[in-house]
Amino acid sequence: MNYHWNWGIFLEPVKSGDETYLDWLITGLGWTLAVSLTAWLIALCIGIAVGALRTTPSRLLVMLGNAWVELFRNIPLLVQMFLWFFVAPEFLPREWSLWVKQDMPAKEFITAALCLGFFTSSRVAEQVRAGVGSLPRGQHDAALALGLTLGQAYRHVILPQALRIVIPPLTSEFMNVFKNSSVAFAIGVLELTFQARQMQEDSEQGIETYLAVTLLYFICAFTANRVMALIEARTRVPGLIGKPA
Amino acid sequence: MIEIRNVSKWYGQTQVLKDCSTHVAKGEVVVVCGPSGSGKSTLIKCVNGLEPFAQGTITVDGISVSDPKTDLPRLRARVGMVFQHFELFPHMSVEQNLVLAQVKVLGRSAEEAVARGAALLDRVGLREHAAKFPGQLSGGQQQRVAIARALAMDPICLLFDEPTSALDPEMIGEVLDVMVELAQEGMTMMCVTHEMGFARKVAKRVVFMDHGEIVEDAPTNAFFDAPASERAKTFLSRILHH
Amino acid sequence: MGEFDFSVWQPSLPFIRDGLLFTLRLTLVAMSGGIVIGTLLALARLSPIVPLARVAGAYVDLMRSIPLVLVILWFFLVIPFITGSPVGAETSAIITFTAFEAAFYCEIMRSGIQSVPRGQVNAAFALGLGQAQTMIHVILPQAVRNMLPVLLTQTIVLFQDTSLVYAIGAKDMLKAADVVGKNYNRPVEMIVLSALIYFTICFSLSLAVKQLQKRVAIIR
Ligand SMILES: Nc1ncnc2c1ncn2[C@@H]1O[C@H](COP(=O)(O)OP(=O)(O)OP(=O)(O)O)[C@@H](O)[C@H]1O
Ligand SMILES: [Mg+2]
Repeated sequence: MNYHWNWGIFLEPVKSGDETYLDWLITGLGWTLAVSLTAWLIALCIGIAVGALRTTPSRLLVMLGNAWVELFRNIPLLVQMFLWFFVAPEFLPREWSLWVKQDMPAKEFITAALCLGFFTSSRVAEQVRAGVGSLPRGQHDAALALGLTLGQAYRHVILPQALRIVIPPLTSEFMNVFKNSSVAFAIGVLELTFQARQMQEDSEQGIETYLAVTLLYFICAFTANRVMALIEARTRVPGLIGKPA
Repeated sequence: MIEIRNVSKWYGQTQVLKDCSTHVAKGEVVVVCGPSGSGKSTLIKCVNGLEPFAQGTITVDGISVSDPKTDLPRLRARVGMVFQHFELFPHMSVEQNLVLAQVKVLGRSAEEAVARGAALLDRVGLREHAAKFPGQLSGGQQQRVAIARALAMDPICLLFDEPTSALDPEMIGEVLDVMVELAQEGMTMMCVTHEMGFARKVAKRVVFMDHGEIVEDAPTNAFFDAPASERAKTFLSRILHH
Repeated sequence: MGEFDFSVWQPSLPFIRDGLLFTLRLTLVAMSGGIVIGTLLALARLSPIVPLARVAGAYVDLMRSIPLVLVILWFFLVIPFITGSPVGAETSAIITFTAFEAAFYCEIMRSGIQSVPRGQVNAAFALGLGQAQTMIHVILPQAVRNMLPVLLTQTIVLFQDTSLVYAIGAKDMLKAADVVGKNYNRPVEMIVLSALIYFTICFSLSLAVKQLQKRVAIIR
């Protein structure tokens, strides 16, 4: 089979309308960033909380935290997207359900961001739990011995240390969020992968299309990596380099 | 000041404290010693409620530790504790280590807390290290900061759990000096330690533990001159002649 | 609260079973192929021949930094150019997953190989074993044993990821559920059913892996 290269394709107008293919990709990048960053914010908030709960002395809280993690870890992300998009509204009261299905603005985006956020939160929780677990028990004792409450001990002593430890695994989770956001195409979010499929069909220049989209995903992941490296450098504690905490 | 009455504790099936009773009066220093695994750390952690126990009572300044109605954080704020591995908070500067609980627990203003911290750093001879992080200090310096951190809460008594056993020999002295000074000023102290020189110098009594039991609880001189039990004799000869 | 009608599950079962069989076949082929190719890639990455190590490293890094959906689309697009004729979504999926998972198994095998102490190599050489023999009889068995829980966990991830063949319309379990849902006009119930099946399988497998992990920890 022969392939007809056409690198000018990006500047050509799409078949139905006056946008160019480049416009499609820019829109796609915008939605990919929006979904990923919102999801990451949700994942950090919930993941840190759930991860911390799983290290408390309360059996009930630990069990709830474990259930949270197992639930999101054992169902494919794509199926979770469908669950949030098609199934979750059915559990709302009738009027709300109708509103969500028919009138809710940016429904696809909100669903995708929530879904990806919860999914990622379970992975963040797992890392945070491991981070807290790797701290010496004495830090917890020392904080309590000073009269701090358990909440204060987590807030000022345990989590600041645990989070520093888990920055490297969280970096790869942050990069994963961008990759995983591609699954949102399946519920109609107009993100990069959605645009890639659409442009490939519309223009029949699949290779150029996918190369461009692959490059954009690379840039996202690379930027995420640099941002986390910057945070790691900013939060580094003098005298602690290379030493186990 | 500290009253320990008939305390027993189990980890699953194994009993790690067996009916332990002793006390520390105001202004007294009591040294706790015994072989590794005998339950010394466990006992001293029961005193400020870091370890729960199944039977018996412990009161500090008349307040029961195991009573669910007791405000444990408030009680702990009045009982200072110094750990074997210092347990300074590595992500905070020395000054922040000293200030944190003063502000969060005692509700002092930041300036007040910083001033109190600086005074105590001065006292343990580390005034110029306030801005450093724990990882940048030697072990002996870290332990002196930890003592200053406990003192910053104006505690009514201090608990020490082997404060010198993680230190290199040349640093033990600087920490013991601070502890002796505190004792001579009349601080109430319960110290788990194997520093028998320290015990002879300042301890009113020595408590000897083995296998979770308090085998001996005697005035310092009596304990060293004529230990009553065979186990204490063996322990002493091993400690003193190595 | 909407009205659910789960009676659709009954007639859907034969379709779900066929879909699940494909999902399992895809998982097993990609796992075995992925582990074999992944091990070869790991050996290449660790080899002293620099260009070989570089090429293997580049392949692995590339696969690990692109979204799987995009990899699936890439292969579906490119395979016909290589084979010269169009291939079905199912064949394409099997090739894609094998190639993609190889990169992930490679990294696991690499750390497994590196976890074997150097003394083992010296001991094997001292016994007169050659390099290949040392690798096959001494290093790899230990690497696999050390990494078994991680390899299995990766396989559970792979099992879930196969659902993404949705992007090219291959007939896996999720697709079967989707089709039945459309035919009976009960999409919601069918999504719930597929979620339940995935969860049951993955959760049981992950419990089994945890047990195994405990056993391995004791042996060591
Ligand atoms: N979390 C735990 N679970 C089960 N057993 C424990 C636990 N912590 C301590 N133990 C056991 O309790 C006993 C007393 O421990 P403890 O730490 O109080 O001893 P110690 O006298 O302080 O010894 P050392 O001199 O080594 O510090 C030991 O036999 C120990 O194995
Ligand atoms: Mg101890």
